[in-house]
Amino acid sequence: MGVRQWIEGWPVVRQLTGADPLGRGAAAESRVTSALRPRTSQADRVVASVCPYCAVGCGQKVYVRDGKVTQIEGDPDSPISRGRLCPKGSASKQLVTNPNRVTTVLYRRPHGTEWEELPLDRAMDMIADRVIETRRRHWQEEDGGQRVRRTMAIASLGGATLDNEENYLMKKLYTALGAIQIENQARI
Amino acid sequence: MAECHPVGFQWVMEAKERGATVIHVDPRFTRTSAVSDVHVPLRAGSDIAFLGGLVNYVLTHEKFFREYVVAYTNAPAILREDFADTEDLDGLFSGYDPDGRRYDHSTWAYQGAVAAPATGEHSTEEEVGQPEEDAHRVTRRHHGGPEHREAARAEAYGSGGPSVPFKPELDPTLEHPRCVFQVLRRHYARYTPEVVADICGISTEQFRRVAEEITRNSGRDRTTAFVYSVGWTQHTVGAQYIRTASILQALLGNIGRPGGGILALRGHASIQGSTDIPTLFNLLPGYLPMPHAGEHLDLDSYTAADVGKAGFWGNMRSYAVSLLKAWWGDAATADNDFCFDYLPRISGDHGHYRTVLDQIAGTVKGYFLMGENPAVGSANAKLQRLGLANLDWLVVRDFSLIESATFWKNGPEIDTGEMRTEDIGTEVFFLPAAAHTEKDGTFTNTQRLLQWHHKAVDPPGDARSELWFTYHLGRIIRDKLARSTDPRDRPLLDLTWDYPTEGAIAEPSADAVLREIGGVDAGGNELAAYTQLRADGSTRCGCWIYCGVHADGVNQAARRRPGRDQSWVAPEWGWAWPANRRILYNRASADPDGRPWSERKKYVWWDAEQRKWVGADNADFEASKPPDYQPEPGARAQDAIAGAEPFIMQTDGRAWLFVPTGLADGPLPTHYEPAESPVDNPLYRQQANPTRREYPHPANRYQPSDGAPGSEVFPYVFTTYRLTEHHTAGGMSRTLPYLSELQPEFFCEVSPELAAERGLDHLGWATIVTARTAIEARVLVTDRVRPLRIRGRTIHQIGLPYHWGGNGLSTGDGANELLPVVLDPNVYIQESKAATCDIRPGRRPRGPALPRLVADYRRRAGITEPTGEDGTR
Ligand code: SF4
Repeated sequence: MGVRQWIEGWPVVRQLTGADPLGRGAAAESRVTSALRPRTSQADRVVASVCPYCAVGCGQKVYVRDGKVTQIEGDPDSPISRGRLCPKGSASKQLVTNPNRVTTVLYRRPHGTEWEELPLDRAMDMIADRVIETRRRHWQEEDGGQRVRRTMAIASLGGATLDNEENYLMKKLYTALGAIQIENQARI
Repeated sequence: MAECHPVGFQWVMEAKERGATVIHVDPRFTRTSAVSDVHVPLRAGSDIAFLGGLVNYVLTHEKFFREYVVAYTNAPAILREDFADTEDLDGLFSGYDPDGRRYDHSTWAYQGAVAAPATGEHSTEEEVGQPEEDAHRVTRRHHGGPEHREAARAEAYGSGGPSVPFKPELDPTLEHPRCVFQVLRRHYARYTPEVVADICGISTEQFRRVAEEITRNSGRDRTTAFVYSVGWTQHTVGAQYIRTASILQALLGNIGRPGGGILALRGHASIQGSTDIPTLFNLLPGYLPMPHAGEHLDLDSYTAADVGKAGFWGNMRSYAVSLLKAWWGDAATADNDFCFDYLPRISGDHGHYRTVLDQIAGTVKGYFLMGENPAVGSANAKLQRLGLANLDWLVVRDFSLIESATFWKNGPEIDTGEMRTEDIGTEVFFLPAAAHTEKDGTFTNTQRLLQWHHKAVDPPGDARSELWFTYHLGRIIRDKLARSTDPRDRPLLDLTWDYPTEGAIAEPSADAVLREIGGVDAGGNELAAYTQLRADGSTRCGCWIYCGVHADGVNQAARRRPGRDQSWVAPEWGWAWPANRRILYNRASADPDGRPWSERKKYVWWDAEQRKWVGADNADFEASKPPDYQPEPGARAQDAIAGAEPFIMQTDGRAWLFVPTGLADGPLPTHYEPAESPVDNPLYRQQANPTRREYPHPANRYQPSDGAPGSEVFPYVFTTYRLTEHHTAGGMSRTLPYLSELQPEFFCEVSPELAAERGLDHLGWATIVTARTAIEARVLVTDRVRPLRIRGRTIHQIGLPYHWGGNGLSTGDGANELLPVVLDPNVYIQESKAATCDIRPGRRPRGPALPRLVADYRRRAGITEPTGEDGTR
């Protein structure tokens, strides 16, 4: 950088000589700032998505770089939302990149006072055993002389925040297990 | 709407700019009220009086759309002679059984009809569904008699309601004294502007303004829309709130037409989808009922009530067989009843709140929480924690450690000493969940629109989708049972469960699941519409109303043609059920002859040259059925629906102003006070809904109402609600720095008058007390809440946002802790929107002093087990 360039780079010089005499715009912009580019322009991929909060179903564009979500914006193509997002939809990048998210399986043994860690495979295996055993011990072939073919000992709550495909598999598996106390937020 | 569905509200604002009048009827002043033309701050729990007043106004001022009403509603239908209305029986309909607190519906039928099955017919199966002696006794003691009235039958009838055996006798002049129209007139005659004002705490001028605006804006050239949310559903008369709006909109001719309708705004991304493909106890996909013990012994008895009936429910057997084929594939054959017997049977109320009491009673051993946080989000959250603490095992799947995962460590009962961590035997598995950006799948939004979201990145660490969890859990269970010869394991082993998996984590293909939902024929080709489904086992379809979502091998829900590049209906964005139809019952947008009611409101119409229905949307009618079509005698299913009958899911093709069968609490909506109310019902001696469901329990005490001894201890009305910046029970918002900063703290809204009466300081603390518990909140003194004049008294209301709990970045007490569990008898939804309380300055006590304070309140109010159980004065 030449001396002249260096001097002209001073904010005060730019303020006095440029088009921004009050020093509230271009004159105050540092080189770092002027070199900044929006994260959206640097994404490797943009993925079409839908806001996970309320049932308006606003369109989202998920910007991904190096395998990480870097930004989530409203999708202007959506005839529902026309590019807009409310505070929750706008905060959804934080929902998915939040360091408060737990990313390991946690286990609390009966009467335990603290969480313990547990490998995912082991947890799945233990849960499968619990389901099989509970179902076996609390099976009702009949109730009051009527065929019911069910277990009243396994229940589930949730589904309104999940995908249709997930609700479908849940209902299918639970029904095949004979579990009937399957409920979600729609009952609330 | 501006508060809870902000981006949807942009369309309301756009309509306003084009001249629409926006009316906000809500106890609360919100961002919606701020920009509305009219705000009517009525008392929480008084909406049927308000809407009933509008019905009365429409009838007495002859403002109804006569041609529409005569042709498209059951207004001309003639009722039986022995039907008695609430006007005759002081707040009850004919058929009421005071011992069982339920109705026999036979007198509500159309004249000449064979008595329809009464909703209460299973109630004699006392205590079924209680497998263990203990629960049996507990239930009996708490309920003191027959309890299992019915297994949410009203909902189980599906989207078309129950069947009536044949079309009614009609009087098109609407003058027959027993026609629905005249019954309606008499029923609402006393809902005058003065009575409405007295019950709702508004002025007669406010009421008249609304009545004039909506009637002026309805008819051939104009339509009015109603929008509601849980402010209408969370009541002991919730289903009847919606019914009242339906009556009003049908009378005004506002159903099936553009700009009309009654729009439910739903609070979760796919709560509509989880109702359509139900994780609900009483339904199978597509609103097919779960089979009922004793009644549905086989496929024939299961489908008997619907097969051959008029309307599209007449094909119910095709829908059911296609579902069984989707689930049990080649194992399901005509010879084995398509594996119908693999379905477990329900035998009563197995709803969310019943299940929690069964957890406390010890009959429920294992529980899955899949993205729901009942320890904050359900009414009487303490009951929820008592249930969780009595399980053998609990699986919680969520993003972070929600309150329902940590109740054993830091729940409120640990602080009060009512529970000790070491005493709680529940084994808890916390499994981290994948976010929407980490999985493929569809959400069904509030307008029945399925939209596919694409996976952007892999989930972090052990986080997995519920699709992954459910698929692999099923796979492991099936592997472990593979050699079983026990017949009870056949449904698991014969299940179609061979989804392709992808990637390093073996994620099942959501597209393959959606394809199964959308349906295929015997050759494996995707189906285009539910009319292709067959009862002979040649089609497979996981949810008949979603049939066609994968038509032509294309994921129709993933279509994203920009809105600006297509018509205003935007049919190529996503896919709406059924058959990508955007307005239901849109045949009603044309007159009986098939012509648009007006140029301004044209939507679909009959094109006589092409001999088909055409227009902006896919007609909700058989495409080539002409308006003059008359069914042959003995015609079935859709063939029995005439060319001028738009309500194709109803057996008589008409919108029901009067419901001749199927509702637990009456054929017409009637104003009852909330279960807990500080005032009397001026209309009838019957104070509250006589058929509301109560679950008396030591942790679920009810408060006395309306001047009964002790009611003065809880003199104020409170209501719960949401804020823009948080999401329901907070699991997806209280952990986020942005949202927690925007709404950092739990608060209560009170009027300056109430603040003065109780010595509450703005920004100070208040303690709110009910018979269940006491919670603390920051005080917001604001004239957004106004004292109401009701029955000659001043009634104060308190507003409580319910998002908070003990975990996360923004913490606070939960408003749902205060609520009783008392339910609507049709859909088993709790009354969250109106209850009574006391409020006092200062923070709540800590430790054991908290339950002592609440016990002291209960003692002062004389609350014993039966309090509140009798709705009659
Ligand atoms: S951005 Fe807001 S309004 Fe839109 S879907 Fe998300 S939560 Fe709902």
